Amino acid sequence: MTLSVTPLVASAIAAAIPLLIAALGELVTERAGLLNLGLEGMMLMGALAAFVAITHGASLPWALLAGMLAGAAGALVFGFLTITLQASQVATGLSLTILGAGISSFLGRDYVGYRAPATFETLPIPGLADLPVVGPLFDLNVLGYAALLAVVGVWYFLQRSRLGLHLRSVGESPAVARSLGLRVNRIRYGAVLFGGAMAGMAGTYYALAQLKMWQEGLTSGNGWIALALVVFATWRPGRVAIGALLFGGVTALGLWLQTVGVGVSTFALASLPYLATIVVLVSISADQQALRRHAPAALGKPFFDGD
Amino acid sequence: MTPPLLRLAGITKSYATVQALAGVDLDVRAGEIHAVLGENGAGKSTLMKSIFGAVQPDGGVIEWEGRPITIASPVAARSCGIAMVFQHFALFESMTVVENVALALGERSSLSVLASRLTEVSSRYGLAINPGQSVHRLSVGERQRVEIVRCLLQSPRLLIMDEPTSVLTPQAIDQLFETLRRLAAEGTAILYVSHKLDEIRRLCDRATIIRQGRVVGTADPRQETASRLAELMIGHSFPQTERRAKREGAIALEVAGLDVPADGPFGTALRDISFRVRAGEVLGIAGISGNGQSELLAALLGSTASAAHSVMLGDRPVGALGAAARRGLGLALVPEERLGVGAVPEMSLAQNALLTAYGQGLVQRGVVAMKRTWAYAERCIADYSVRASGAGAPAASLSGGNLQKFIVAREIAQGPRVLVLAQPTWGVDVAATAFIRQRVIDLAANGVAVLVISDDLAEILEICDRVAVLASGRLSPERDVHATHAAEIGRWMAGVFIDAEVVAA
Amino acid sequence: MMGFELVRRAAPSRRMQVLAPLQAVLLTLMAGLGLFALLGQNPMHAFHEFFIAPLSTANGVSELLLKASPLCLIGLGLAIAYRANVWNIGAEGQMYMGGVFATGLAIHFQESWGAFLLPAMIVAGMAGGMLWASLTALCRARFHASEILVSLMLTYVANLVVKYLVFGPWQDPQANNFPLTVEFQDNALFPLLAALGWEWFEGTRLNLSIVITLVAIPLAWFFCQRTFAGFQLAVAGVAPAAARYAGFSASRAIWMAMLASGGAAGLAGVSEVAGPIGQLNDRWTPEYGFTAIIVATLARLNPLAVPVAALLMALLYLGGESVQIGLQLPKSISQVFQGLLLMFLLGSEVLVRFRLRRRHPTAHAAPSASVSVATAAGEKAA
Repeated sequence: MTLSVTPLVASAIAAAIPLLIAALGELVTERAGLLNLGLEGMMLMGALAAFVAITHGASLPWALLAGMLAGAAGALVFGFLTITLQASQVATGLSLTILGAGISSFLGRDYVGYRAPATFETLPIPGLADLPVVGPLFDLNVLGYAALLAVVGVWYFLQRSRLGLHLRSVGESPAVARSLGLRVNRIRYGAVLFGGAMAGMAGTYYALAQLKMWQEGLTSGNGWIALALVVFATWRPGRVAIGALLFGGVTALGLWLQTVGVGVSTFALASLPYLATIVVLVSISADQQALRRHAPAALGKPFFDGD
Repeated sequence: MTPPLLRLAGITKSYATVQALAGVDLDVRAGEIHAVLGENGAGKSTLMKSIFGAVQPDGGVIEWEGRPITIASPVAARSCGIAMVFQHFALFESMTVVENVALALGERSSLSVLASRLTEVSSRYGLAINPGQSVHRLSVGERQRVEIVRCLLQSPRLLIMDEPTSVLTPQAIDQLFETLRRLAAEGTAILYVSHKLDEIRRLCDRATIIRQGRVVGTADPRQETASRLAELMIGHSFPQTERRAKREGAIALEVAGLDVPADGPFGTALRDISFRVRAGEVLGIAGISGNGQSELLAALLGSTASAAHSVMLGDRPVGALGAAARRGLGLALVPEERLGVGAVPEMSLAQNALLTAYGQGLVQRGVVAMKRTWAYAERCIADYSVRASGAGAPAASLSGGNLQKFIVAREIAQGPRVLVLAQPTWGVDVAATAFIRQRVIDLAANGVAVLVISDDLAEILEICDRVAVLASGRLSPERDVHATHAAEIGRWMAGVFIDAEVVAA
Repeated sequence: MMGFELVRRAAPSRRMQVLAPLQAVLLTLMAGLGLFALLGQNPMHAFHEFFIAPLSTANGVSELLLKASPLCLIGLGLAIAYRANVWNIGAEGQMYMGGVFATGLAIHFQESWGAFLLPAMIVAGMAGGMLWASLTALCRARFHASEILVSLMLTYVANLVVKYLVFGPWQDPQANNFPLTVEFQDNALFPLLAALGWEWFEGTRLNLSIVITLVAIPLAWFFCQRTFAGFQLAVAGVAPAAARYAGFSASRAIWMAMLASGGAAGLAGVSEVAGPIGQLNDRWTPEYGFTAIIVATLARLNPLAVPVAALLMALLYLGGESVQIGLQLPKSISQVFQGLLLMFLLGSEVLVRFRLRRRHPTAHAAPSASVSVATAAGEKAA
């Protein structure tokens, strides 16, 4: 049994990309003070929309757009209920997951079992893609490269741009932001919609780049792992990327151990990502001081614009 | 004659249950310092927010330089030249000073350009601040400087100051007044909102007095006596508390060498706190909020554990015990926050009685005795003349003063040996304030040890026998209230005793 | 929302607390009619097929009760947990473990334990649910990890544990490699009500486990409304700082909330494997643990309203099966209805704390950053 590192890295990165995309979107949403637990539901809706589009003859860019719009549509429902109608963020996020799972399985029934007619294929960067170990980083599909750019983009937006400063202030204290004249609800809607579009993109990745087909519940809990990643990263984009790679690594390791056939049940190996999530959450959350220092102060708290 | 800079006529505003403003008229001229005087709940804050565009009045006219306008938002107010320093600072803890300033200014200049302008303006008015500093590292006084400089950067023509001195030491108040006088001399109009009569008489040229949402008079505060202003403000003469004869007993509460880590990233650690309170006396701990007050309260209450012998109730070491156990040993406590800590807003007064009085036979074998709980709440309501529709009224439906009376009643009715009160009259109207203070004094006269933690120096001097100051997590030496004066306490509030101690050691 | 704005009420409206769930149900029914029409069905016919036909026979009613019973049981536990603001969303996994523990006894001791087997299975199932929930309680109370994420992750793990058992050590050797255990013997099954001499239930699958649910309803109500522990949980839920001030232990509240909801879910697991299923297999639950989240929410965490909400959700399941057979529509339509109902409910709940008011004329100027010059008087409140 030989462990060759490069393929393992490649498979870790492949598992990491959709987590990274979804978590970056959620990070922006949470930095504006909104906790959207509906990530899984929005990813499923995005995945189905992209698959339906491609099956009906859309090109890849249009399918991606369809996926992102479907995710954003779910986010719009979340935003309307929590921002405009003051519903509980936790309850609304959970409902969005239930609704997204229901709608996608209902509308997706006729698409189960077909292969996608077109898929996102890798575009190796000549020279770099053949490097040992780090090579797979330069052998990604378009969504993969977009995810890496998004890490830098989200960081720059939050830390360096004026709008990013506004968004952070809204997540810190919406009441104060409003007293300074910022349009709190508009900024929050924007952040939620961005999170939804990114979730839709992550769903598209599962349907058109990884599995290359539609199946019920194809995200298999990865939306929830992405939520945990945001906490793990203490709301910082760079650390989301590292965390996504770690989780991708755990998944890849499990898959690799299955193929080489160690004497462990496949079910035990399949549970590795979920157990890893718990371990990570526990170790990160144990230091409450650090968590409170980095968490957006208004995260999950209701804010009414009318008092 | 030129029209006033700002004129309000017949401004009204109602909320769900109360009419906050019932037709207010006001005019402010350029270059004057104009006081808006009124007690807690009179409608001052709503009026100021209407001028600043943060609240939309239901009716009435606002004129700016003689022209009627609608101030739709704070942005609109700022574009006219109206700026406001809030009572609870509108600052973001986790951001830097310059980021905070940038958020308030609508313009698109870069942070570094802004930082240099900030430094320039702050040095011109003697308000030194470091633009790159994180706000959570600043003292309360420094935070107010940030707020003021942020306003000054907009070259305002009207500056609204909402209760600006409640968080300042006497020395810092003098400094603030100097800045305000200088601004007025340069032609800026200043609206100074307060309920502190002596400050208004020192600073302001004119005063508009409001009561229950109406203007009840205008006056030249320098020509009027404090008691005349007070009468205008509350509608009757100022209630006085009566001291009772002192009978000091045994030590009921002792804190010795207490160290507590900071509560959260923006908290203050307590270092080596020691004091004693005897049965029958009232000890006051003065100081500006944020200097370790919440940590001290948590350590006394028992929600933060400490070394067993660092907190003693009588001769029982209780530092390691939880809040319920300490309550069982005769400790009662009135917290600073009423809604959400002292009372559960959406629960009834009966349920809120159960919150801490469960040890008074209200729970039997794990089951709530509904009738007794109800009766306990009704008794608190009756004995303290709490204005409420009954024991079934939700806590959130009571005014601040009435809810505070209910909480104090609930704690005192448990017959405590030690009563701790934090900011007992913060945001409470004058009548309820006098009532609560009198009950506290009477309680001590009956042999209970009382500790009052407050940033209202006048309150401490009125009801306490001895006073110490908490600053930067350290406790100053104690003084008899008759043997000290505001200036000494003020220096201690600024932490001066800490250096003196170091020198002595 | 154009032309209207929300105004906070002085106190929550008791009338709307009752009306909001009804409004949500009504909106869901209307959306359902629209959805059927979109699918090319005659809306009234489909409506009848979905909501009325399942209840037109005694067997239909008994199937409704058979589904409502575990939903109600789990919903009661979740209502208690959510009152404490402990968001256990892993009841599904806790239910699996209840089923697993009960099955362990059923297949290993069915010869030797005789009449004691079923009571032992009930206790074991409850313990299994509590044990699984206690992992979440530990992570949350001791390490402050989010109970939402931990309990959900553990549900995926519990699902894999079930799979491991039924594909592996507990697999019935005669099952041709199908993932299921042997069928339980009678002493490991809840007796059918029909077999106890109640003729009305003749031919139905309704069994004695419903008694557990019927007992649990008043118990849960008493706990929430009358006991000091229930009061402490409620305070911890709505005002954690007040709970700290009063000296109520936060970690005790978490443990109680998790154990109550985990125990209830475990019991529901027993009532399924020792009831209509009669064995353990890898897909035995139609996601009762997740649906019960909707049950608890729809009941506004009131234990006496939980049974009503459970019956309604059970009807959605039956309706889904009915239109699948009658109209060839996919069964997952009931999941869509569940999601819609929850969304409408959350939207309707706004009216408990707020009321709608016609927008103030001056407020139209609000978005503009400039100062608008207005005529003198026309600004009276609407």
